[in-house]
Amino acid sequence: MSSLAPLELVCPAGTLPALKAAVDHGADCVYLGFRDETNARNFNGLNFDDAALAEGLRYAHARGRKVFLALNTFPQADNWQRWTGAVDRAAKAGVDALILADLGLLDYARRNHPRLRLHLSVQGSATSYEAINFYRERFAIQRAVLPRVLSLAQVAEVIAHTDVEIEVFGFGGLCVMVEGRCSLSAFTTGTSPNCNGACSPAKSVRWEQTAQGMETRLNGVLIDRYADSERAGYPTLCKGRFTVDEATYYAIEEPTSLNTLELLPQMVEIGIRAIKIEGRQRSPIYVAQVTKVWRAAIDACRRDPAHFSPQPNWMAELNKVSEGQSHTLGAYYRPWK
Amino acid sequence: MKLPTQLPNFTLPEFFARFGQRLPQLPPTLALITALNLALGRLLPREPLEPLLGKRLAIRVSDAGLTLRFAYGERGFRPSFGSVAADLTITARTRDFLALLAREEDADTLFFNRRLQMQGETELGLLVKNTLDAIELPHVTLNSLAPAQALQHLRRILSGARNSGA
Repeated sequence: MSSLAPLELVCPAGTLPALKAAVDHGADCVYLGFRDETNARNFNGLNFDDAALAEGLRYAHARGRKVFLALNTFPQADNWQRWTGAVDRAAKAGVDALILADLGLLDYARRNHPRLRLHLSVQGSATSYEAINFYRERFAIQRAVLPRVLSLAQVAEVIAHTDVEIEVFGFGGLCVMVEGRCSLSAFTTGTSPNCNGACSPAKSVRWEQTAQGMETRLNGVLIDRYADSERAGYPTLCKGRFTVDEATYYAIEEPTSLNTLELLPQMVEIGIRAIKIEGRQRSPIYVAQVTKVWRAAIDACRRDPAHFSPQPNWMAELNKVSEGQSHTLGAYYRPWK
Repeated sequence: MKLPTQLPNFTLPEFFARFGQRLPQLPPTLALITALNLALGRLLPREPLEPLLGKRLAIRVSDAGLTLRFAYGERGFRPSFGSVAADLTITARTRDFLALLAREEDADTLFFNRRLQMQGETELGLLVKNTLDAIELPHVTLNSLAPAQALQHLRRILSGARNSGA
């Protein structure tokens, strides 16, 4: 396997302590965002101001790690300058790459900061090598993060037909994966992940303990009710339980977490360049726990891919921090296409 | 006092919950707000907490029968009296509050496992969680929470603050 480029572990950071936890536990790269709607984890008290970013960059670079800045939401006509301003601030700070989704911003970054490395965000929703090669040709992107809708065979097909490095999600929360185009949160709360950077904004969420169980309401709409013994999930419409034809169930999708640890040898073999861990909204301890397990797994896979199998204690550690009742291989492993 | 490096998973015996709720809640509330006020402007930044101004908060330690009610204002934290419902109530067991404090558990993990409940204004809860997560603490171990070490640490913080004229 030494002939292949090493697989990078890309870990989330919502705060400076989380960035340091990622670096200290073996992340090759950390991704983060500014404290506003220019990124898709725009939550109160989360993310980086210029001072925290400068300190984060100093910490990561001193240890030979990279920092990517996510500018993965879509500007509107009346706020365009906030996003281009964010591109300029990130370039000036010296981030190692920008993760962009919007065509206009990709163009702006390419023209104004031609030496800055650009990654196409999962929010850009490019699933074919034709689309990815177009982004390469027009904006010289060097990496694309694939939406979580492709099987591993389809990912291999993309990799075989592009020079762009391919990054995929390996672990963390899943949603309906209409990435960059989902309007469920906007429909219920008026706030969307795509333009406002927040799916199910906290101001619209209420939890209430009732005689029937814990109720979750999103802008007043009852979206789930948990019995005391049930694990809870994030308060998003896609993971709510609804009554359809007199049956109440997860009508859109069940709350589960992606965990592709067991596919690691195949992912390396087909030439995936980086594995991304979801969870910028989580605490530093989550980042530490998950990074540690994935670092150990990637190193074990690199040493002896033929005999790699996930250790039970790795899976237990990851299951402990997962959302919902179970974990899944997502679309990566499925017989149909 | 030597403590284990990781918190064991414990629940206080039922006795504590039954009797705890009959005891006066003011002394533990005063202890908590004294600690918070000491941290305010030092470890705990004021600016991100501005949305909390005028809000009533409650910390419910379920297995200890404790409900600590307090409010945040321009002059810091103060106990909150009366029967007005809190704007935000956070409920967990003693063990899980300690684990959060020692940064051994992630709040979302506890929430998924139904070990942490948040009622009221969720936005305030998220703000508190994210603000606490963003604080760069010297590494807190369970041993450092033992009374002797904690006092020593507090003395160092206070003497540092005096020396810097804060």
